[in-house]
Amino acid sequence: MLKRFAGWTLSGPATFLVVLCLVLPVTATIAATFGSAKGPWALYQAFFESGFRQRVLWRTLEIALITTVVSVVIGFFTAYVVSRAPPRWRSVLIILAVFPLLTGVVVRSFAWLIVLGRNGIANNFFVWLGLEGAPYPMLYTQGSVIIAMIYLFVPLMVLTLVGVLENIPDDVIEAAASLGATQSAIFRQIIFPLAVPGLIVGAVLVFTGSFTSYATPQLLGGDRQMTMGTLLHQRAMVAFDWDGAATVAAIMVVVTLAIVLAMTRIARRLNPMAT
Amino acid sequence: MIRRLSPPLIVFAILVYLFLLGPLVIVIGAALSDTTYLTFPPQGLSLRWFEKIFEMSAFRRTIVTSLQIAFASTTLALLIGIPAAYALNRYRIVLPSWLSTLFVLPVLVPEIVLGFSLLRSVQVGAGVPVLIALLLGHTLIVLPYCVRVISASLASFDFSIEEAAISLGSPPAKTFFTIVLPNVRSGVIAAFILAFITSINDVSVSLFLTGPGISTLPIQILAHVEQFFDPVVASVSVLLMLLTVAVMVVVERTLGLTFLAK
Repeated sequence: MLKRFAGWTLSGPATFLVVLCLVLPVTATIAATFGSAKGPWALYQAFFESGFRQRVLWRTLEIALITTVVSVVIGFFTAYVVSRAPPRWRSVLIILAVFPLLTGVVVRSFAWLIVLGRNGIANNFFVWLGLEGAPYPMLYTQGSVIIAMIYLFVPLMVLTLVGVLENIPDDVIEAAASLGATQSAIFRQIIFPLAVPGLIVGAVLVFTGSFTSYATPQLLGGDRQMTMGTLLHQRAMVAFDWDGAATVAAIMVVVTLAIVLAMTRIARRLNPMAT
Repeated sequence: MIRRLSPPLIVFAILVYLFLLGPLVIVIGAALSDTTYLTFPPQGLSLRWFEKIFEMSAFRRTIVTSLQIAFASTTLALLIGIPAAYALNRYRIVLPSWLSTLFVLPVLVPEIVLGFSLLRSVQVGAGVPVLIALLLGHTLIVLPYCVRVISASLASFDFSIEEAAISLGSPPAKTFFTIVLPNVRSGVIAAFILAFITSINDVSVSLFLTGPGISTLPIQILAHVEQFFDPVVASVSVLLMLLTVAVMVVVERTLGLTFLAK
């Protein structure tokens, strides 16, 4: 009894803050989407009947999916190299991956503005090469948003996977090698399967992160490549259409939670080390 | 030990690292340029764009606000997060399991949804002043780092040491500060740093909670970039990178950097 009291008292302030400033407001936002005078589903109907908003949703899903797949592939092989590198190099490589991760989203997206702009480095290079049609309009395209997003999430993927790959016991690999397994067999049959749960965790982080991002699509996609994040902001702060914004928010929450729940399930089932 | 890596893989990793670091080098170059537009390689070296930051009141103000909010929200999150982490570890059996999930929610719920909801319910609905709403929002998003990192340190703490002190007559509060807290010191430092840098870099929550005259640095950068394409933002970015380096040095000194690769 006393313990329960102490436990609740100590965790009380934090619980209070999360309930009061997160659970209640977010629930209120989602509840508001069903409060339309035209019926509980009217706002969702309006969302999915609008070709523009539907396109925004599909575009965001597409961007998030491509970003996730590419980041997972790049991240996995890079993390593999980092985890097998000599110890000295390993820590340097980890530091070099942590640095971009700790540098803010705005700075890292802004960097691509300099690279991809009309007079940016990439275009100057293309002009110098004498490519036909250069300079190309690269900003405000889906490609530029995707490149910047991949750039954003690769460090996260690398660091997540370095931890996972290093947790693979060396004995397992040595045992396989001593039984005659080739390098590629070890990679395909031991290292990769053991890394799958980590890959899924990383993929979920990247997918939800890119699906809900704001700064990157705003800077590199602008109004032309609107995503769910920029649409939410535009509805709320430019159009003052709070019901519309709330609908976007609710769809984002549903998609995010669905992905997180589904993938943690799958990760648990696929974990070969699970007991 | 199998440490041999095939050359194509090594080349691949080198290219990835060039991809990761190239754009940041370009930002540094652009910040040092003497031109009035963003360019790389820099044409003429000058620090005038750094001086310019402090001449512009909008940047000066938002830098101060960002630092204040980061300090205040991190401190607040630690003040409520440390007891919560302690309770979650010490009284695990009597507390419901959903409680620890509750403290992860700020990471699970999309930040931009949280920002919008705070604007709707807290700032407009409850009439909470802009600065307070901003502080609450930032405290929320950094709270999971505090609770999780400190929980992780507490998980390896042997609570029987604490019980021994108490049974020898040390009052519980004193025991906490002299026995428990020093043992999780590295966790507290790590939590502080992660929380601070998260707050400084936050966009999605601040986006909705900035009001007339009150803005944070990342939001000011976004607003500036939409109107001007001059090297000021590049030099502000360099300042932020220097902050990152400072943070990494502190982490390295206290915990070792591999700590971050977990």
